[in-house]
Amino acid sequence: MSGDVMVITEHMEGKFSDVSFELVGKARELAEAFGGESIALVLGEGVDASVFASHATLHMADAALNHFNPEAYARVIEALVKERSPRLVMFGWTVIGMDLAAWLSGRMGVPCVAYAKDVRVENGALVVSSQAYGGKLIAEVSPEGEMAIVACLAGSFPAEAGHGSTQATVIPSPVDLGGLKMKFLEVIKPEAGDVDITTQTRLVAVGRGIGGKENIELAEELAEKLGAVVCASRPVVDAGWLPRTRQVGKSGLKVKPKLYFMLGISGAPEHLEGMKDAELIIAINTDKKAPIFNVAHYGAVADLFEVTEAMLELL
Amino acid sequence: MHIVVAIKHIPSIADELPVRHNNIDFDSVDFVLNEWDEHSIEQAVLIKEAVGGTVTVIGVDVIGELDNALHLALAKGADRAVKIAAEEPGADSHQQAKWLAEAIQNMSPDLILSGVQASNDLDGQLGPLIAAYLDLPYIGGTSAIEVTNGKAMVLKEFPGGIGMRYEIALPFVAGVQAAPKPPRYAPVSKVRQIAQTAKVETIEPGEGESGGLRFLKMAPPVVTGHAEMIQGTAKEIAARIVELLKSRGLL
Repeated sequence: MSGDVMVITEHMEGKFSDVSFELVGKARELAEAFGGESIALVLGEGVDASVFASHATLHMADAALNHFNPEAYARVIEALVKERSPRLVMFGWTVIGMDLAAWLSGRMGVPCVAYAKDVRVENGALVVSSQAYGGKLIAEVSPEGEMAIVACLAGSFPAEAGHGSTQATVIPSPVDLGGLKMKFLEVIKPEAGDVDITTQTRLVAVGRGIGGKENIELAEELAEKLGAVVCASRPVVDAGWLPRTRQVGKSGLKVKPKLYFMLGISGAPEHLEGMKDAELIIAINTDKKAPIFNVAHYGAVADLFEVTEAMLELL
Repeated sequence: MHIVVAIKHIPSIADELPVRHNNIDFDSVDFVLNEWDEHSIEQAVLIKEAVGGTVTVIGVDVIGELDNALHLALAKGADRAVKIAAEEPGADSHQQAKWLAEAIQNMSPDLILSGVQASNDLDGQLGPLIAAYLDLPYIGGTSAIEVTNGKAMVLKEFPGGIGMRYEIALPFVAGVQAAPKPPRYAPVSKVRQIAQTAKVETIEPGEGESGGLRFLKMAPPVVTGHAEMIQGTAKEIAARIVELLKSRGLL
């Protein structure tokens, strides 16, 4: 078993995601504590892999890995982890990492920590802080054994520390990537036509608390008075009350408006990822312990319908 | 076509979450069906309606109250309901996935669905773990699955409204982010009727094996900042917000 820390990086259309740099920066620090090296793993062609501050970068430039293929990625990572026996494997808790981290854990029989916010070495032991239960609790856990997997929430570590110019070493795939059950077909870009919420200066964001599609109109009315556009958290979009182009958060869009007015959104980590940098955040929620009140600038524990109606009377 | 849906009964995060011995005080919380499971059940029933077959819903009964969730799934169109009677409220995803994989293996499924994640997935989600234990590929974040001739066309969501389409040979495991249609509503009367007549099969759990996480501490997040709270009636709150927006030049 080595003291190495391996980072599974992610890229799309030739660009690495911020979380890849965040993880590499953290991996360098952890590898030094374990007396090993940080290794950035880059899968697929069409990207300049020599951009990390890792001790080493391995680039598996295989065309079968150009687009994310969960099965291909999983098989390749499993083989490489078996071969190298790192102390720690780091993923982003992203749409990519979420497909891989727990699967690898099950295959390798080693612990996995999801929703990780912080990873550190205390007296030689690995300690992970994890944001569970929709952000309502932080669990501090120590994975048993000599290898562990962590999947970290985006934005947990500074990205700057991961930028560098370590020359990538091109390596062949350790497994045969023919005969996969999963075949990538195509990328589907979002339909144009709807408003682009990322360019709006004012947003009225509705969450599950809005109760139903019939109540969206009320939020629209308020938005109109504020010169804003209505956006939403994931459950609202999954329920079909607003189109996916309006979704803010990890699986939606990142926004940074001057005003982010929130109606009935509790503030799960996935949503915060998409809006925490807004200039002015005002949140209305009936749950006084909702995590959003730790992030919002102003808050009120109140019925969103009553407050919205009252605001409409004043505007 | 046999679709198996693995569901998870989890502490409700709508309520207070008291902590005892570095973990949730499971005696003091309500358990609810993982919200994403509503979508995986809907996705399974939609496939059944399109191509025929049967839907089996299975979950670990961690506190002995899973029947309600299983009855609801039957009312929505599932054909068979199975519970693994573990009664271990703290059973983690690894443990549950081990039990589920053992049971599912005997069911010869063509497709296994689970919710893409659950709020208590500290050690990872059920779907990828079940896939790993059954030596199957896993794809999560799906928003549409269509089955034809032993293959599935799967749409997986990426940030920013981007989707990627895959063709996947059965069987495999998918973690459902959203069904193509909002989960259907089952009338209370129907659920009640099913509760009286339906048979939920019970399986005793096997060995199981936890995910190997030692809990050192669990606590609400240390708050570094807090919103300035606006007190008063709805009218007073509204007035204060309007005043605030005006002072910031936003009105």
